[in-house]
Amino acid sequence: MGENDVWQGTMALMVLKTIESMGPLHGYGIARRIEQISGDRLVVQYGTLYPALLRLEQEGYISSEWGVSDNNRRARFYKLTRAGRRQVGKESQRWEKANAILARFVSPGEEAL
Amino acid sequence: MRKLRVWLLRLWAQFGRDLPEKEFAEEIETHLQMQIEDNLRSGMDPKQARREALVKSGGMEVTMQAYRDGNSLSLVETLSQDLRYTIRQLRKNPGFAVTAILVLTLGIGATVSIFSFADAALIKPLPYREPSRLVVIFGTIPLGSRFHLSFPDYYDLKKLNKVFTSFEVYDSNGFMLSTPDGGQLAPGGRVSAGFFRTLGVTPILGRDFLPGEDKPSASRTVILSYAAWQSRYGKRADVLGQTVTLDGHLNTVIGVLPPEFHFAPAAPADFWAAEHDESSCRACHWLFGLARLKDGVSIQTAQAEMTTIARQLATQYPDSNRDQGEAVVGLPEVIVGDIRPIILVLLGGAALLLLIAIVNVASLLLVRTESRKREIAVRGVLGASRRRLFRQFVTEGMVLAASASAIGLAAADGAMHLLTRLIPTDTLAGMPYLQGLGLTPRVLAFTLAISLCSAVVFSLTPIVSMSREEMRAGLTEGGRAASGTVWHKFGANLVVIELAMAVVLLVGAGLLGKSFYRLLQVDPGLEPTNLATIQLSTPRANYSKDPQIIALEQQILDRVSALPGVTSAALTNKLPVGDGDFTTSFQIVGRPNHGEDNEVAYRLVSTDYFHTLKTRLLEGRYFNANEDATKPHVILINRALARQYFPGERAVGIFLNYDGAPPESAMQVVGVIDDLREGPLDTPARAAIYAPSDQHPISSFSVVARTSVDAQSLLPTLTATIHQIDPGIAAFGASTMQERIRDSPPAYLHRASAWLVGSFAALALLLSVVGLYGVIAYSVSQRTREIGVRMALGAQRGMVYRLVLQQASGLIAVGIVIGLVGSFAASALMRSLLFATAAWDVFTLAAVSAVLGISAILASYLPARRAASVNPLEALRAE
Repeated sequence: MGENDVWQGTMALMVLKTIESMGPLHGYGIARRIEQISGDRLVVQYGTLYPALLRLEQEGYISSEWGVSDNNRRARFYKLTRAGRRQVGKESQRWEKANAILARFVSPGEEAL
Repeated sequence: MRKLRVWLLRLWAQFGRDLPEKEFAEEIETHLQMQIEDNLRSGMDPKQARREALVKSGGMEVTMQAYRDGNSLSLVETLSQDLRYTIRQLRKNPGFAVTAILVLTLGIGATVSIFSFADAALIKPLPYREPSRLVVIFGTIPLGSRFHLSFPDYYDLKKLNKVFTSFEVYDSNGFMLSTPDGGQLAPGGRVSAGFFRTLGVTPILGRDFLPGEDKPSASRTVILSYAAWQSRYGKRADVLGQTVTLDGHLNTVIGVLPPEFHFAPAAPADFWAAEHDESSCRACHWLFGLARLKDGVSIQTAQAEMTTIARQLATQYPDSNRDQGEAVVGLPEVIVGDIRPIILVLLGGAALLLLIAIVNVASLLLVRTESRKREIAVRGVLGASRRRLFRQFVTEGMVLAASASAIGLAAADGAMHLLTRLIPTDTLAGMPYLQGLGLTPRVLAFTLAISLCSAVVFSLTPIVSMSREEMRAGLTEGGRAASGTVWHKFGANLVVIELAMAVVLLVGAGLLGKSFYRLLQVDPGLEPTNLATIQLSTPRANYSKDPQIIALEQQILDRVSALPGVTSAALTNKLPVGDGDFTTSFQIVGRPNHGEDNEVAYRLVSTDYFHTLKTRLLEGRYFNANEDATKPHVILINRALARQYFPGERAVGIFLNYDGAPPESAMQVVGVIDDLREGPLDTPARAAIYAPSDQHPISSFSVVARTSVDAQSLLPTLTATIHQIDPGIAAFGASTMQERIRDSPPAYLHRASAWLVGSFAALALLLSVVGLYGVIAYSVSQRTREIGVRMALGAQRGMVYRLVLQQASGLIAVGIVIGLVGSFAASALMRSLLFATAAWDVFTLAAVSAVLGISAILASYLPARRAASVNPLEALRAE
């Protein structure tokens, strides 16, 4: 399992989270924001980002429309739908739960010893 | 839910997909530009900024592809790719595509059209409640087992039996319908009151007969068939309560039967009247019984019960009921019993043709796979997965099967109607269940099934022939696989069988066709061109006395002969080229009789009959105009009678008399005519006696008119003239003599069977030729290297031709010889169908062999030419 696969699985949640905190945003903005949050430990390529956006849109969690960026470029802006907002909550909870369980295996606490 | 949404959106994106892709390209472009701008801002030079941006963001094309994948259904996508590829492949090789689809279309078309008959006649349930519990009760006499019952017998059988829940009767004798334009024969039957209740049929309009409505005292009522309601009353609802005059009685219309109702034993039937005749005559048989079996009672039990009662009646009424019995036959058996074996045989034949067609197309596919080995190997090496390649074969198989099925279905629809046209009109009218003939859901399902089966075969053929090893081998060497040899042997044997079958069918068709031709060449003893005929039936009430009839006949003759275009007219009690019925037995006056039954055809004709028909007088004279009842009785005889009873002597002057008639009714022979065919043309002329109608008037007769114009154009005038004289006369069956000959039952039979066998033969010929082509082409494709080597070693093109054609003619010769032997057996079986044609008719056999041989050689010439045009250098280099 390459490192990339992990991020692909979680890309959807990162995208949703990013849009939730930033409001409507274009693809480049989302990519930069994710890189920034990760402390530049992640590099987001089109090949990962755009299929994820497409899938989320097809699932109805985000919607998109064409707008103009800060530096006057035509760009497609993505925003959360109501279903998307619900999904962010659900997915974050699931992720936290899974993370907590995994953490017990990766760095076992006293009770296991 | 979400998944469905995604799937639908992707499906939607299949259509008009240019725009989203363009937009996406733009979106990515923006992304790239923004990255470049950021890079510039962080101090890179433009070139570096761009490169860094490209590296960082990943490949553009890959992303586009990922987007495309994400926005499409891969199955639909690859399917349409496979389809496009398949169609390109087929168009590249139109010869293959056309042949394969044509062969398959014919196989499917033939099978489907015959199946639709089986569907209409045998599979579709009869329109009655629990049809399998219904039986028909026939009277049996020593002559046979499907005769009528008398009313008193029916009454006793109904009263005494304990096996039927209900027992009704019907007849199918039709009515004389009075119309403003004159009398017409109307098809129909009379039934006892519970007839429709026994069948389980309820009128859609009005009511059924009430119990007791069939008593002689009850007022007369009639129920219409749906077709009659439609054609005679324009589906008007106020038809109920209207009156209609049948056989001179007023009948009130009380109901209309459902459209799907039919009753073949009495079909066609427009009017269903209640039976009012409770005749007490036990020797008068005119009814058939219809009964429903009690639960748990089998036909055998019912039959045993009927036999017991019949024996009782025979003891009770020995005069009328000796040797009489009843036969109980299931109604479905009565309706389709005769046609079932014919349909099953045809279906079997069609299925065989279809099987051969499928195998032939499979063999063509094999040839093509051989020549595509290299291409497929290249695709395999370039990374096409095995599954993808197989899916390509499956797509090709499905395209072939689907297009052939679609065309085959259309062809079957046409063939069905052509086939019904082969059935004589009267016979067809007696098979009302064939009205359900057509592309019913069952027929479509059947087509789908055979289409799928053939698609499976066509998909598997190349897959099996092309194992993974061979795929790789295809690149390196044109090695011959063991499976190739096996196929070759199987294919060669199959082709021999196909050729033999084609010979048998072609010979059959040829012999039947020749019989038909010979039948039309038979001399009917008259001049059939420009002869119009019409049959008449006079109402008994107005024409019961001889002078009335004679006056009417004279009036008809005068009026008809005065018509423009008519040169002469005459009457007869029965038209020539009929069933030969209406006979009498006679004695020769002055000669001892040893109790033999001299039964001969008996015709009562007017004076000008022989002039009008243009018969040939061999001896003596025709009748004179004044030879009526006041003159001595005279007759003419035909050559057959003269030869049979007066060989070597002069028949003119001899007296004949009817069997058991008083001496004063003796008739003198005044002339002998050449045989006029009274009966069917395919049997030898029978002895016949002709007497002047003025001496023996009868109430139903036919008119013949010799015309100077086209006889067909005169038929409407003829009917109109009769009705002008008396609208009460029923005039029917107007036709020209040529039509009578052409449509007579033996002509129908020969024409229909010649067509039927002929179409099967044409299919068989085509299939065997295609099969031969497939086998030879396959063997050539396998031998390309060998041929190349031979040519490199100096073999001439002529030699290559010889090589291939020798192989082909071997197969052809074996096939033809086996076929000829088979046709001896087959034509011996159908000798009874042949007329004036020997089963081993040399001309037919030679013609069939020639046709088959030439077409087969032509079919093998194509691969031979391909073999001869092999470039030895290329053939060798290809290794």
